[in-house]
Amino acid sequence: MKVSYRWVRDVAPGIGLAPARAMERLALRGAPVEEVVDLAEGLCDVVIGRVLEARPHPNADRLTLCRVMGPEGEVPVVCGAPVVVEGGYYPFAPVGAVLPGGFRIGKRKIRGEVSHGMLCSERELELGDDHAGIMLLDGEYEPGVPFAPAVGLDDVRLDVEVTPNRGDLLSHVGIARELHPEGQAGIALPAFPGGTPAVAASFARGGAEAGSAGACIRIEDADLCSRYLGAVIRGVVVGPSPGWLADRLRAAGARPINNVVDATNYVMLELGQPLHAFDLARLTGATIVVGRARAGEALVTLDGEERPVTPDMLMIRDAQAPVAVAGVMGGRDSEVSGETVDILLECALFDPRQVRATRRALGMSTDASYRFERGVDPATMETALTRAVSLIVAVAGGAVEGRFIDVHPGPWEAPVVSLRPSRVRDLLGVEFTADEITALLTPLGYTVTIRGVDALEVVVPGHRSYDTLREVDLIEEVARTHGFDAFPAAMSPARPGTVPDHPLFQLEDTLRALLAADGISEAQTPALGPAAHGDVPLLNPMSREEGYLRRDRLPGLLTHVERNMARGVRDVRLFEIGIAFAPSPAVGEPPAESSRVAVVLTGRRTPPHWSAPGDPFDVYDMARVLELVAGEAYPGGRVAPAADGEMEAPYVVGRGYVLKSASGEVVGWAGEIDPAATDLPRWAGVVVGGEVVLPSSPAPRPEVTARDLPDQPAVQRDLAFLVPAETAVGKVLEAARKGAGKLLEAVEVFDLYEGGDVPVGMRSVALRLRFRARGRTLTDREVDKACRRVLRKVKEETGVEARR
Amino acid sequence: MVDEGVTFVDFKATLAEFARRFWGPGTQVRFRPSFFPFTEPSAEVDVKRMIMREDGSEEETDWIEIMGAGMVDPAVLDNVGYDSERYTGWAFGMGPARVALLRHGVRDLRLFYENDMRFLGQFG
Repeated sequence: MKVSYRWVRDVAPGIGLAPARAMERLALRGAPVEEVVDLAEGLCDVVIGRVLEARPHPNADRLTLCRVMGPEGEVPVVCGAPVVVEGGYYPFAPVGAVLPGGFRIGKRKIRGEVSHGMLCSERELELGDDHAGIMLLDGEYEPGVPFAPAVGLDDVRLDVEVTPNRGDLLSHVGIARELHPEGQAGIALPAFPGGTPAVAASFARGGAEAGSAGACIRIEDADLCSRYLGAVIRGVVVGPSPGWLADRLRAAGARPINNVVDATNYVMLELGQPLHAFDLARLTGATIVVGRARAGEALVTLDGEERPVTPDMLMIRDAQAPVAVAGVMGGRDSEVSGETVDILLECALFDPRQVRATRRALGMSTDASYRFERGVDPATMETALTRAVSLIVAVAGGAVEGRFIDVHPGPWEAPVVSLRPSRVRDLLGVEFTADEITALLTPLGYTVTIRGVDALEVVVPGHRSYDTLREVDLIEEVARTHGFDAFPAAMSPARPGTVPDHPLFQLEDTLRALLAADGISEAQTPALGPAAHGDVPLLNPMSREEGYLRRDRLPGLLTHVERNMARGVRDVRLFEIGIAFAPSPAVGEPPAESSRVAVVLTGRRTPPHWSAPGDPFDVYDMARVLELVAGEAYPGGRVAPAADGEMEAPYVVGRGYVLKSASGEVVGWAGEIDPAATDLPRWAGVVVGGEVVLPSSPAPRPEVTARDLPDQPAVQRDLAFLVPAETAVGKVLEAARKGAGKLLEAVEVFDLYEGGDVPVGMRSVALRLRFRARGRTLTDREVDKACRRVLRKVKEETGVEARR
Repeated sequence: MVDEGVTFVDFKATLAEFARRFWGPGTQVRFRPSFFPFTEPSAEVDVKRMIMREDGSEEETDWIEIMGAGMVDPAVLDNVGYDSERYTGWAFGMGPARVALLRHGVRDLRLFYENDMRFLGQFG
């Protein structure tokens, strides 16, 4: 809500706060000021100049030679505009003046004629976009006086942030009510400059239909329009508004249009009641019908757009066709124009939800819809209509014919809410007496009556009748008016919570610490990605790149590897813990979510040092990280080379690893990332990555039961195999374990050799097996037998032969 | 935090204490009325503190909004089966990036989402 501070002070004359203090008070009352604009900023050098004479420049077509009366008497001025009104008043920047953009005016010779200053356009003064012509001012001024105060620009505009529950703040009176020390009682609407014509407020009333002065108003759908007031004014002369009115609208950030429309906007900005003026001659049958739209209807609105309307929208119709979308925007064909002589002024109350639904369906928002959505004061309507009629007569002439029309299906009744001072104390922690509560609520317009020992009855004013309907709402008003800062901040004893975190959250925290300790940084990436990365589309995506919920976390992490490399960072170690989304398991169910850990590593494994070259990360590093995660997330799980079809990760090349839970389910994978799946610079090294699906309810880690240390010696045997390049060594290890049986304590690869006498395409892989038996010493025979079983099993399962 | 006898005074005290512990004892805290659908009264909480610049000089920040908060609306308690006449409580929601930004003097919120190793590494 853009507010002219001068206007606020005009509607509540007792406000003495400087703008900075007013801003603070508004913030502490729940309406912070987002921006303050000093309307006179940069205009202190600009004065009013009067053009005494204007004639074409002798040496240029589009220039005008003027004699201007300014602060230093008459001076010659060359003006860039072809049309300058003799006798007109203009903003004038004399020699030495600096314009808002920092441009300094000097004495210049233009095509042979000396110019002692500049007549300014709106754009040059940063008052508007109009660059077409210089700014001709309305009214009469003393030539040479400062420009800004003369046109009401010695004002500040506050942009007040209004929360959705406070429709009452969408007017200057509403803001003034919060700022005046006496609140509501301090409001006194000012007379219009040039006089306020008296208007006799006499009403022709009806429940569903009423008429006067040849016009008729009917409400068909009373559930969506609870009251419709109308007034007929005949004989207006539509034209530009007087200077004071245009200036005032501009100060509040609104654009002047014509005197009739400006008058309705003025009253809306002053009192918060949207109004609309119809050209009475364009209303067929001089009739207004308020009702739901009919199938197939359409309307061209004021902005020139053809709006298809649907039967759930509320329309204002004349005897034939729609003329306005109720509470949103008027129609083009019935708008007030230069030819308009008679008008019908609308002052109505539409259902907030209806207006919201309609304007959303039409994809638009207007000053009127913004206010109706948030609730317009039902108790101010007659005042608003009367004031608007008076202002129209004052600025556009004409006279009211007949009585005002009031169609009012049911009388509005102020809500009455009970309030217990004991409840105020229980919620706020501070004792308030009935009198104190009364003193806090009354300035806001509430009427408080004491009904018993612990019982107050509060009548809610119209402007708060949408959001303070419960006891707790009034308690908030007590706290707000008392001032949140006025409450003490004393800690009281409290019972600590006894509910532990969910096991999944505990697991995530453990993994976070574990991976960070391993030198991997935690990343945060959006849960949204392009279609290629997800199966669950958003209904209203912000962009194509973020139109789907991600099915895996790793691709998001890879984009951050790309980003790092784009900035020249080669060593990237990132992990992320986040949610991945799969399609709904059944119709009507939400998408299936799972918590994931994704890791990506690239660059050097260790920092460069003269003692070691700093090897790059490879897939075995990822296998190790997988084991690290498995140790916490899947006790009893195992990391093993992926068998065919076990890994469903489209971004991996070559052989990868899978993590299997104790029950054998594949719950994680790791591998080398396919360069084709990323957009990395040519110098990028190998990127490895992996992802683990965390269990939705992790089991606690099993308790450790200590084993006795062996008291018998172990027997160690080494076996070498010729393993083809395409066979995973892990498979050989697995087969060896199976073959060795219960006596095997450990097996490891201790040597890997290629070249020399090893045939091309083969590797020599040497395994070291350690055997031990509990409680006795092993015999050579037993160990030999186990080794023969190993050789047989490896040959059986992998086809690999021992090296002779 | 929901329990018997929890009041607006507890709400203010706890959040102000959090702010002072998190940003230092000199932190100023301001509660402004606001609107959220699930709390009544609702507040926005602002803090103001001194931050150390790279050159060692100190600078006072403006009021910076750190969270939305308020007393739990009785309708929320009733809807989940608590007697709102007996139990009261307060709630808050805070963006971790904004809070970290204020604590560590980070100039641009976007740094938290860019995952640049040179930024993340400063916190390792």
